[in-house]
Amino acid sequence: MFKKPLLVVGGGISGITAAIEAAEMEADVIIVESSPTLGGRVAQLRYYFPKLCPPTCGLEINYKRMKARGNLSVYTMADVVSVSGTPGDFKVKVKIRPRYINENCTACGECAKVCEGERVNEVDFGLSKTKAIYLPHPMAFPYRYVLDKDALAPGDLDRIMSACKYGAINPEMKEEEIELNVGAIIWATGWKLYDATKIDYYGFGRFANVVSNMQVERMASPFGPTNGQILRPSDGAKPKRVAFVQCAGSRDENHLPYCSYICCLATLKHTLYLAEQEPESESLVFYIDIRTPGRYEKFFKRAQSEANIKFIKGKVAKIEEDEATKDLLVTAEDTISGKRITERVNMVVLALGMQPSVAGQTIPGLILDAHGFVMEKEGIIPVGCAKKPLDVMTSNETATGAVIQALAYLR
Amino acid sequence: MEKIGVFICTSCDIGNRLDISELEATAREQGVNSVYSSEFLCSKEGREFINTKLKEEGLDGVSICACSFRVNYDVFNFGKVAVDRVNLREGVVWSRFPIGENGEILDDSVEVTSGVAFKDELMALAKDYIRMSVAKLRVYKLPVPYQPEEEISKTVLVLGGGVAGLTAALECAKLGYPVILVEKEKELGGFSAKLKAQCEAKYPYTQLVKPIVFSLIEEVQKNDLIKIYTGATLTNLSGAPGLYTAKIKQGPKEEEVKVGAVVLATGFKPYDASTLTQYGYGKLKNVITNIEFELKAAKGDFTRPSDGAPIKSVLFIQCAGQRSDEHLLYCSSYCCLASLKQAKYLREADPESQAYIVYEYMRTMGIYENFYKTLQNDPGVFLTKGKVLEVSEGTNGKVKVVIDETLFGEKVEVEVDLVVLAIGMVPTTKDEAILNLEYRQGPALPELELFYGYADSNYICFPYETRRTGIYAAGAVHQPMTIDQVIDDARGAALKAIQCLTAIEMGHAVHPRTWDFAHPEWDLKMCTQCKRCTEECPFGALNEDEKAFPIPFLTRCRRCGTCFGACPQRIINFKDYSIDMITSMIKATEMPEQGYEQYRFLAFVCENDAYPALDMLAYQRKSIPVSIRVIPVRCLGAVNVAFIKDAMSKGYDGILLFGCKFGENYQCHFIKGSELANRRMENVQETLQQLALEMERVTIDTVAIDEIDKIINKTNEFVNLIKSYGENPFKGW
Repeated sequence: MFKKPLLVVGGGISGITAAIEAAEMEADVIIVESSPTLGGRVAQLRYYFPKLCPPTCGLEINYKRMKARGNLSVYTMADVVSVSGTPGDFKVKVKIRPRYINENCTACGECAKVCEGERVNEVDFGLSKTKAIYLPHPMAFPYRYVLDKDALAPGDLDRIMSACKYGAINPEMKEEEIELNVGAIIWATGWKLYDATKIDYYGFGRFANVVSNMQVERMASPFGPTNGQILRPSDGAKPKRVAFVQCAGSRDENHLPYCSYICCLATLKHTLYLAEQEPESESLVFYIDIRTPGRYEKFFKRAQSEANIKFIKGKVAKIEEDEATKDLLVTAEDTISGKRITERVNMVVLALGMQPSVAGQTIPGLILDAHGFVMEKEGIIPVGCAKKPLDVMTSNETATGAVIQALAYLR
Repeated sequence: MEKIGVFICTSCDIGNRLDISELEATAREQGVNSVYSSEFLCSKEGREFINTKLKEEGLDGVSICACSFRVNYDVFNFGKVAVDRVNLREGVVWSRFPIGENGEILDDSVEVTSGVAFKDELMALAKDYIRMSVAKLRVYKLPVPYQPEEEISKTVLVLGGGVAGLTAALECAKLGYPVILVEKEKELGGFSAKLKAQCEAKYPYTQLVKPIVFSLIEEVQKNDLIKIYTGATLTNLSGAPGLYTAKIKQGPKEEEVKVGAVVLATGFKPYDASTLTQYGYGKLKNVITNIEFELKAAKGDFTRPSDGAPIKSVLFIQCAGQRSDEHLLYCSSYCCLASLKQAKYLREADPESQAYIVYEYMRTMGIYENFYKTLQNDPGVFLTKGKVLEVSEGTNGKVKVVIDETLFGEKVEVEVDLVVLAIGMVPTTKDEAILNLEYRQGPALPELELFYGYADSNYICFPYETRRTGIYAAGAVHQPMTIDQVIDDARGAALKAIQCLTAIEMGHAVHPRTWDFAHPEWDLKMCTQCKRCTEECPFGALNEDEKAFPIPFLTRCRRCGTCFGACPQRIINFKDYSIDMITSMIKATEMPEQGYEQYRFLAFVCENDAYPALDMLAYQRKSIPVSIRVIPVRCLGAVNVAFIKDAMSKGYDGILLFGCKFGENYQCHFIKGSELANRRMENVQETLQQLALEMERVTIDTVAIDEIDKIINKTNEFVNLIKSYGENPFKGW
């Protein structure tokens, strides 16, 4: 029925959704994913709002649907370099970085046991380390190790090579470039967290206990750096009083001028995590507007009833650190009372906004708007957070919808 | 299967912790002649080895005793040969350890009960799994895809001719699918055809543009594949996906058409403003709704309703009757943007005019923030957070509004020519059974009340997953949304509709079990018309005849097995999942004699959540008790009480069931699997008590996929509790 395959760029929840929905229409589908595993941002979350259910549940179903499909192939550690050609007949150059681990890997883990070198774990946003040879996370797909050669300690290579009984490690692998001929492209490269160090008056990177919303998510995850506990980085203590700084980088002409859609809801979720961990804890939420559209209003109510939250309408102007206790002093103007207030808290969570992953990149054949979001053109359809800031459910609506558009170009 | 082979992998610690020759002997004892073991079975050589033996020995079923079925699924795929995976790696050697008092892992030689080493128990577990696999394959039959006798209709029925319906119709037609479009009003276009303008749905998101609906109407009218019924409604939908008969009433005549799938795009109704008397609606002529203002503005009418004087000032009250316990509990998602847009109409019509917008939270999601900013930069627009205290008659026909809790710090009083209430949306499905399904379980979607009447999905990952196969909602009947989202959503629903038809054509289930080519079959000779299957089916797949015999509609079915689990007569079976199969597996296991304290437990676990959680705990080399045998099931709803009885009479000391969370935020993709199992097990527990057995011997619990520690704790608590009760007294009977 279809002459050419569909290319899906990005293997997060939007890309996976688009790919499976297309494959189940009997189209051939290729996923190109930049990291060593599928799953994207949602694989880093403990729970989704508003149901507080684990994203891994949906990933499991999706992976199972994928595994049953012979017409869906996946390239990981691969990036699109350029797009040329015409709708229905695109030529896409893809660069594939070496994994140094081949398909012989059984994920037995013997290599990591003997490996001494370590590397910063980007899945945990720097809050933990992995061995130089590592499995990205427990829901990794493919379920296969990766080697970061630069992180190996002296002698590691010999040790890991001899620990592997299956000949799975190949340090000689080279970067390769392939060209794909596809009928249409669904662009699902998602988002990255806005660089918090650019908002220097919030002290991220300088003050130990100023963390990002995604770091909180990793701490809350049972597979994260702190076994599911939200702890102060400075001393590992459970915070009793936490300030959430909304619109950190969002709705701000100097940073991201738009609203990132999910941060209010993510913060409300985090206040519930804190209440679950420490019922006495207090959350101070500094906001401009609480944005919980549609049925999410119910989740807003739930957080208000189950967590101990004080809402302060006002943008945080500065954050200072008490050097002795590593507590933080958060100053904002309370726009309702008109007064400038300063609150002492144990930890600050920056509700950082989302920036499109491809922002700042130049990929010939791809058009970005001024914010870095991908613009639609014939046969190239952006979905999810590559298109605009969205939540998961709406992302998947765009991903599913893009498939019916894309199929028309494959015939 | 006739000729079965058993292949045992010795890698990944399997050979280190298990005695392979003993396992081979166990397989032979089951009457299998083709028993082989090899290291690294998933390698190219390993796979070739299996392939060679398959051909040489004409095997039609293989038991791969290696890793979890969740990995190497592509390696151990041999086409038409039935494959069963025995999970020796994750399920045995990576997740069963003798644990010392301080949590340390001990040597396998440690004694667990008098004269029995841990190693013996570990071997007993592995052997039981092999016995179960052989027993399973003996009974297993290859699925035969369901092919309806009637011809499958590829026509998509689209209900509603607004932006959502028009978009869905066009997308289906573009791919060659015929469409029947039914619109209740005389004209196509829905609400958005009445708009003066809409916010642009692309960068820079700052402009007002002509509503997109007009070009959609034009395209739809030109398309030969789309048959349009205006002034028409769907009065009855009978049959099943691929095979529906729809009755469409247009004026006095009623027509029957065959359709395959449905896109439900009937939109919204404005909230009834007559209840908003606190804002003066109905009392003061110059208080109108945002819908009324839009219609006026579209006509270029910017005059006061009371006296026709030009409107110089408008105050917009946001969330009128929304986010409110007395009115709509939810946010309608469109009204902030709509009021900003309408303020812009006013300012463009009369640059001297003034607009006030009073809100609690301004919700211009995403890049629509850019549009908000254009209004913030307009000196004739006053925006403030605030709470409207009073709306009353002012001077010269004006309306007086008192606002508190504003950003100006004090109570503010303004007099304006017009007050516009930003009222919300009510989905058309709220009070009407628009689908008019001829289903035993009723004419509407059953889950509406969970979502304030919206035809929404309960699953964040899967926005189109509802309890009625073949019916996909889009637009403002699906969720509160703005036009840009409506377009994407309509495309999504259209895709799901045609994809459902593809699944029916191929003969497999729709999401979530899209890989499943098997289906339930009823042996009605033994049916006692108890109606459990027809009542409990979460997807309304069964109607009943006049004698209360079930009439299955297999294209409505999602293969969850709830009917199978419900049937007391055990007459519902799948080719690859049957009462006989699970019973045979239970019977095939070896039960130690009573009095030796070698306890045996059986666990039925949900394939999607609990089973992967068990794999993940194995990857962390955590441990659950070695006495537990795990049987993965598609859903706890598909656990027939017969299994429990068979296991108890076999001598199992206790039975554990792990399913998904139920209740308001249920996680079960088959809706009520664990909840139904819970109810069924309560009955089992009563029976146990009648037999003077402790009811906890059958225990059900819920675990999510990430709750590894909970599984470890629950399994240990369960095993310890039952051990404190002692062995099953019926052991060995």
